[in-house]
Amino acid sequence: MIAKMKSRLSDWVQERFHLSGLVEFAAKKKVPYFRGSFWYYFGGVSLFLFIVQVVTGILLLMYYQPGAKTAFESVHFIISKVQFGWLIRSIHSWSANLMVLSVFIHMFSVYFTKAFRRPRELTWYSGFVLFGLVLAFGFSGYLLPWNTLSYFATKVGTEITAVVPVVGEPIMQLLRAGNDVTTSTLTRFFGLHVAIFPAIFTVILSLHLLLIQVQGISEPESWSEYPEHKKKFIPFFPNFVLKDLLLWLIVLNVLAILAVFYPWELGQKADPFAPAPAGIKPEWYFLFMYQSLKYIPAKLWLFDGEVVGVLLFGVAGLLWFLVPMWDEKTPKGLRNKLINYAGILAVIFIIAMTILGVK
Amino acid sequence: MMTGQETEPSRRSFLDRLLKLSVFAWALSIVYPIFAYFKIPPEAESTPTNIAAAKINELQANQGKVFRFGNQPAILVKTPDGQWKAFSAVCTHLQCTVQYRNDLQKIWCACHNGIYDLNGANVAGPPPRPLQEFKVTTKGDDVFVSKA
Repeated sequence: MIAKMKSRLSDWVQERFHLSGLVEFAAKKKVPYFRGSFWYYFGGVSLFLFIVQVVTGILLLMYYQPGAKTAFESVHFIISKVQFGWLIRSIHSWSANLMVLSVFIHMFSVYFTKAFRRPRELTWYSGFVLFGLVLAFGFSGYLLPWNTLSYFATKVGTEITAVVPVVGEPIMQLLRAGNDVTTSTLTRFFGLHVAIFPAIFTVILSLHLLLIQVQGISEPESWSEYPEHKKKFIPFFPNFVLKDLLLWLIVLNVLAILAVFYPWELGQKADPFAPAPAGIKPEWYFLFMYQSLKYIPAKLWLFDGEVVGVLLFGVAGLLWFLVPMWDEKTPKGLRNKLINYAGILAVIFIIAMTILGVK
Repeated sequence: MMTGQETEPSRRSFLDRLLKLSVFAWALSIVYPIFAYFKIPPEAESTPTNIAAAKINELQANQGKVFRFGNQPAILVKTPDGQWKAFSAVCTHLQCTVQYRNDLQKIWCACHNGIYDLNGANVAGPPPRPLQEFKVTTKGDDVFVSKA
């Protein structure tokens, strides 16, 4: 009886969606299995945390009210009055931070395993845009509770864009919706955070995932000389998927522990007419840039130190984005090493500056 | 005299160009309003001529206070030798709001450790320019600040 119903249901689905091709595809799909396979999971973890962000974000929308007079109060209401409001908000904040971390790990592992190489350049480019959007999500979301830290972080962060010659000033005004960080800025960031960024993110994420399906998962570099029989694979379904799900479950548990035992603080309401508090710092993922700007003197020859710093970061970011292009052009003997050295240098720089910034 | 065959291509290319132009105009008519929509309308900046920033006995010597001056923060300082000074409280580096540090007897910005002396000059840290100074007058019980 049940078997009959099952087969009728599958016939019904097959007739309408033609899923058999997809099933066949999933059955054939395989994932390289080697020492570094572990790194493959961080893309999936990032995806999972993004889903958590969407779900908790939508829940927060049910109560959040943008505006300088209501934003802080509504978040306070969520965490103090709404049942489980503190939990939802805490998970949203923690998950955001873990997502940034996971995306960083994912990006660097793709870089070092050189999975960005032909024909996967577009996956790398789309991934880089997603990375930028994740940081933009973080920056815009940070302002929404309208507390002192977020107010000054936004003031400094948007002012830095004004440093860029010619286009900087209009971009800053566009971001701030005026010359200062005001309630209009808050409304604008809200719109970006809950509508514009999610829309763009969804499209690019779909492209990113589609490319991975079409091209298959990248094999490690050393395999290029291996004969076929020496390469080990595991089936994507169910082996890899189950491992993925297990890791998602672990991440969810870590998230729950962090959110419950270290609830995210709300801080003090922003007062545009109070001095910036001592010890003010940006979020940890912007800390390395913040800290390195501190070491650049006010004047470098004819230019403001800030301009030089921002432009240097711009150039470094562009080189990082374009790595599939200059990787191809490097001399063959040095090919791998040059890329590795550049990456190791970047990692050391980011970690060192972050540690110096935390102190 | 021109034959039909000769005019045909030029008529076609004219129509072709016209079509391209109208597609461009059509796209512009959609993109421009959206772009312009993002630009916030200019607001009338309230520049107060004279504002009562504090009561005359509100601050001791070697003390400071941030107050609202129009739509910007400003800082009023009573120097260790009892002089009144007022400046814009917007740091010239990245626009954080500065504060008075009585231990340093200087004006300090918490964001990037910028320091100004009591004439508003940038003396340490990243600020590239001095703070804008305002004029202070006292009248009766009140300390007034105005644009110099």
